[in-house]
Amino acid sequence: MYVAVKGGERAIENSQKLLAEERRGDPAVPELNLEQISEQMTLAVDRVMTEGSLYDRSLAALAIKQARGDLQEAIFLLRAYRTTLPRFGASEPVDTSTMAVRRRISATYKDLPGGQVLGPSFDYTHRLLDFALAAGDNRPASEIADEPVDAGMPRVTEILDHEGLVEKEDPDPEDAPVFDLTRESPRYPADRSARLQNLARGDEGYVLALGYSTQRGYGGNHPFAGEIRMGEVAVEFAPEELGFPIEIGEITLTECQMINQFKGSATTPPQFTRGYGLTFGHCERKAMSMALVDRALRAREFGEPVDAPAQDEEFVMAHSDNVEASGFVQHLKLPHYVDFQAELVTVRALRRKFEDGDAEGSAVADAAE
Amino acid sequence: MTDTIDRTDAVSAAPTEAEGYNFAYLDEQTKRMIRRAILKAIAVPGYQVPFGSREMPLPYGWGTGGIQVTAAIIGTDDTLKVIDQGADDTTNAVNIRRFFAKTAGVATTERTTEASIIQTRHRIPETPLTEDQVIVYQVPIPEPLRKLEPRELETRKMHALEEYGVMHVSLYEDIAKFGRITKSYDYPVRVNGRYVMAPSPIPKFDNPKMDRMPALQLFGAGREKRIYAVPPYSDVKSLDFDDHPFSIESWDENCALCGAADSYLDEVVTDDKGGRMYVCSDSDYCQQRRDAGHIGDGGDPDYVAGRAAAAGGAE
Repeated sequence: MYVAVKGGERAIENSQKLLAEERRGDPAVPELNLEQISEQMTLAVDRVMTEGSLYDRSLAALAIKQARGDLQEAIFLLRAYRTTLPRFGASEPVDTSTMAVRRRISATYKDLPGGQVLGPSFDYTHRLLDFALAAGDNRPASEIADEPVDAGMPRVTEILDHEGLVEKEDPDPEDAPVFDLTRESPRYPADRSARLQNLARGDEGYVLALGYSTQRGYGGNHPFAGEIRMGEVAVEFAPEELGFPIEIGEITLTECQMINQFKGSATTPPQFTRGYGLTFGHCERKAMSMALVDRALRAREFGEPVDAPAQDEEFVMAHSDNVEASGFVQHLKLPHYVDFQAELVTVRALRRKFEDGDAEGSAVADAAE
Repeated sequence: MTDTIDRTDAVSAAPTEAEGYNFAYLDEQTKRMIRRAILKAIAVPGYQVPFGSREMPLPYGWGTGGIQVTAAIIGTDDTLKVIDQGADDTTNAVNIRRFFAKTAGVATTERTTEASIIQTRHRIPETPLTEDQVIVYQVPIPEPLRKLEPRELETRKMHALEEYGVMHVSLYEDIAKFGRITKSYDYPVRVNGRYVMAPSPIPKFDNPKMDRMPALQLFGAGREKRIYAVPPYSDVKSLDFDDHPFSIESWDENCALCGAADSYLDEVVTDDKGGRMYVCSDSDYCQQRRDAGHIGDGGDPDYVAGRAAAAGGAE
């Protein structure tokens, strides 16, 4: 006699105990602490903060530890926590021209005010596994430069701006409403602020692939990496009761300004156009990809044909979020046997009709009736 | 034996987890925003109301829309039932019930008749619902036209202009190709003679239950950020053609456990030689029938054959 399966609750509890055990691994190996993750897995922490849209290194480190190093799961954890936090308001716009720069490079000028500052970068490492590192870290201490980094480090787009060579970008009025993607449902056509929010939170791999596709001809826009800068900027907030902004902290940002193919019109002389990327921490690949896709999504604005995936706003925005995507793809492992049964009934009925030689499809009632 | 889930267990397993969170997890501002969306949805039956869906601590696609709707309407005196595939004991149903037991501390039940709110995925209970109940559907894709037109910009226009020709063409193409409408679940309906609506992936067997249902029907799609509703006693008509009227699934078999001939059946594979039996997908309905003394054949085909013969083969 068949007995219906019961006991989902205990199965779930046991599964979670097993999960905790797997997370810990061999108990003979010392347990990771959050400082180790935050200090030595810095770029993982940066990615989780960026896509999790929450700037908190220790919480991101906790999420990474709890997620067993699965960064998408860690992003999900951070998002689910973030959503419960009260909103005090929006900060003042951060000013990246006052950034305490740790890295700043431009591919459009050999030299420029402030110079090229390589900073910490994988760029010119030979990708050779460092077996010495396996035994322990014996790195040579980095040297302190004779002079500090130039205080005046204008953004490359500002240099072009002097000649009117790049499209002008006027800041929104002070009291312009800030669209909040996490509080409102997206509307199409979306404005650029909504698109940039979406891309900033978007999955790095997805944004990378879309950016790459524009380089291979699917909506190309001839980009130059005008500037990439990474460093610390101050965050200011104006509490209502004070009426003036105060500095509430400092965050690390990576910013990418892409300079793209020029446009002109009857009223505007030809000038370069912009693509913009910004991330928390040091997520350079993401910032660059984001800038490419931002520019591609501005196709309509410049009267370009919209025929490539990266230019298709609804396609790009609706599928960029890895918490949404991961949830919906993985929901397929939830039971679907009711729907499957409905399909079985239909397919069996169609097959019965086929076997009865009634394949040309005359009007028939449900064969199961 | 009590049908109510022992909440103390769930809570004692994680005594502090819900601390620091508001009743039913969502903050009151968010609940208010969701309630406004629900009211609008009730006022315009079948219309998909965009809402500021929150990021829930459960994955998108796993019921975040239904959970938010339930969280917005649940109160301390409510009794919650959660089903997935018709059953209270499927893992995702257990998990969502645990979530509310933990964050709202409300009474939960497996009995359809005892529940004031029923959150469901993929089924409508067999026991008819009453005016005192609300059924909350978890919806993966709220847009019935999505498979025909992927763009939101377009589908919103089509709804606004009541331009549903493409849906009828798609159903007709089925008939041309297979001789019948082959859509077996998430079968499109028209609500109150106006909006074409996705009933969520319930089998079409359940569609007739939606029509003029005394209970309020709410639909939540978290990932797609939409809420819609069917007010009590509204007309819900499954799309069809005069010469191809809508029809529902039926089985030659009855439930092997309770003998029900009128309920939606799950097929259970019993061996690797083609052996199978059918049991009610609605686990509460099945249990109630068994408690009332009904018994099925236990999956014995001879018993079925014998009974069918006795009944003159007219099953």
